[in-house]
Amino acid sequence: MDGFLQLSLTPILIGILSAIACALPGNFLILRRQALIGDAISHVVLPGIVVAFLATGVIAALPMLVGAAGAALVAVILIETIKRVGRIEPGAAMGVVFTSMFAAGVLLLEQTDTSAVHLDVEHALMGNLESLIWFDATGWGSLVDPVALAGLPPELPRIAVVAAVIAVLAFVFWRPLKLSTFDEGFAATVGVPTRTIGLALVAASAVAAVAAFDAVGSIIVIAMFICPPAAARLMTNRLEAQVGWSVVFATLSAIVGYVLAGYGPLWFGAQNAVSAAGMIAAVSGVILAIACLAAPHRRRIGAAQGQG
Amino acid sequence: MPDAILSALLLQAGYNAALVAIGSALLGIAAGAGGTFLFLRKRALVSDAVAHATLPGIGLAFILMVALGGDGRNLVGLLAGSAVSAAVGLLLVDWIVRHTRLAEDVAIGSVLSVFFGLGVVVLTVIQSMSSGRQAGLEGFLLGSTAGMLRQDALVIAVGGALALAVLVLLRRPMTLVAFDPGYAAARGVRVQAVDLAMMALVLAVTVIGLKVVGLILIVAMLIIPPVTARLWSERTDSVVLIAGALGGLAGYLGAAVSASAPNLPTGPIIVLVSFALFCISLLFAPSRGVLAAAIRHRRFQRRVHRRQGLLALARNEPILDPLTLKVLRRDGLIRPDKVATDAGRARAAKALRDERRWDVARQMHQDEGVSGGYDGLTAIETVLTPDEIAAIDARIGTPALADKGVV
Repeated sequence: MDGFLQLSLTPILIGILSAIACALPGNFLILRRQALIGDAISHVVLPGIVVAFLATGVIAALPMLVGAAGAALVAVILIETIKRVGRIEPGAAMGVVFTSMFAAGVLLLEQTDTSAVHLDVEHALMGNLESLIWFDATGWGSLVDPVALAGLPPELPRIAVVAAVIAVLAFVFWRPLKLSTFDEGFAATVGVPTRTIGLALVAASAVAAVAAFDAVGSIIVIAMFICPPAAARLMTNRLEAQVGWSVVFATLSAIVGYVLAGYGPLWFGAQNAVSAAGMIAAVSGVILAIACLAAPHRRRIGAAQGQG
Repeated sequence: MPDAILSALLLQAGYNAALVAIGSALLGIAAGAGGTFLFLRKRALVSDAVAHATLPGIGLAFILMVALGGDGRNLVGLLAGSAVSAAVGLLLVDWIVRHTRLAEDVAIGSVLSVFFGLGVVVLTVIQSMSSGRQAGLEGFLLGSTAGMLRQDALVIAVGGALALAVLVLLRRPMTLVAFDPGYAAARGVRVQAVDLAMMALVLAVTVIGLKVVGLILIVAMLIIPPVTARLWSERTDSVVLIAGALGGLAGYLGAAVSASAPNLPTGPIIVLVSFALFCISLLFAPSRGVLAAAIRHRRFQRRVHRRQGLLALARNEPILDPLTLKVLRRDGLIRPDKVATDAGRARAAKALRDERRWDVARQMHQDEGVSGGYDGLTAIETVLTPDEIAAIDARIGTPALADKGVV
């Protein structure tokens, strides 16, 4: 059991918290037809993080967060400019900006000597969930032992704080968020600052993406922004229930994905574990696939029934 | 460094660099032209899903080839595998949109992330295989042109040529479907089949481009050149041609720059060259460019100031605004001491009379068609016929009287 505490508890917790932090804003993003914002954000934070590293010379949470937020802001401004000035449709404008910024990030990375620190493209994509282990755990008693708790990987408290902040924000701003998501025109007439709400949602998504990105890589970020909320969308017509389902699906993907990645290959006689981040994304996909095939509200209202 | 770029541009920087440059240029042409229809169909980001969905196919093809006792790194085999899994991803996007209530962006995002996740899982499986240590499959993420072989360049060239041939054959129905799917269906064009062909084209370009720019950045080659070309032209045929040319140029320049120094990976450099071309176009393109918009704004501003200045002259009001004075002086309508010249007095009288004509015109024709044409700037002769203006003048009185302020 010590092995579980040392090796598996913290990665699972970090996976769950990252998944929830991304799935919560994801619910609103998919309803607002902005599902690919998560995809875009996870690409554009790369140059931000690299620039932050170049400026400070260390891999630390705060500069990375600032750099990533700055990059996200630059991306939003660029996308808006291209949309307005060039009269280009939003999807294509997004495609232009996020690929270019990602390319710039890769180029910067190649140009800098990052051999001393853990910063490379593959890490950014796949994360290193498996390496977030808790050396100081000696038994269940460690959970209440302050000395041992101090040895927890710093990613855990960080993502916990971010997940909590996002949950609180969603709770506090629930009504304006819901109103402006479903009927922006009506929300504006009753005095909800819809533009601010929209921007704040993107900002919250960016924070969630950066915090999760640090720990689990961008695959999980993109998958969790979309798959659990999408599956939840097919389960119910009520937003409250949808958010609840999305949290359940996110948690389930994180746990099942991690266990399958860590122990699954052993059942087949292989020696090495496979990528946990990839497996978590894959499990969320399986959940979405099941929802697409069997969930109660999977069809459009008014769509023809009974044909495949 | 400039010498190195020049020699690479002239294909003198070695066999491999020349291969990469030619291959990238061909790829750029195929991607730019092929991506145009996707962009016009407003489905540009579907290519992102297709590109990411190639990863599990690459890994599985490697495992299969090793299991069959062959060399796992055979490029054609790997590309075939990637094409199969990309096709599965594409069909899934289509299926989700068709059969569930989820929107296309959700379908794209979920297929993209799940397939990519699966691909990463397969890659880690390969790493633990004995033959997988030097597989180098990570090169497909961001492209790796370092070890490009003659055979690889041939694959790219043949694939690009085939894609272009399909493009030329299908350009009419694809244009029709891109602009008006409903009309296309009514004309008897099989919209679904054309859409599928369009996607197959994108898939082909993606698969060919894996080796050069990698699956994450190939999307840029499909999106940026068409968007750039769209700034320059309003006609489909020219947009396709310009996009192809821009894509080819970006591929060629990017490969040359990347060959000129170490640590300049080909894929990202090609994308950044493409983005630079886009930025230049955004600044200088006619009608949609920033510069053109600024000039348009300035012209409009001058017209408003000229018109208001003339009306002020006609009504003997003092002109205080510096820009108005500058515009009038430059046109020779006033003297430096702010007194109207002969030409200025004539134009001012005309402006005032036109204003009066508009007043009457609005009373006579109360329909939108005429009164909507009034914005204080449009010359009345461009909206009404001479007969109508004569009728209005008859109501106002003679021009001479109007000028003296009798009316």
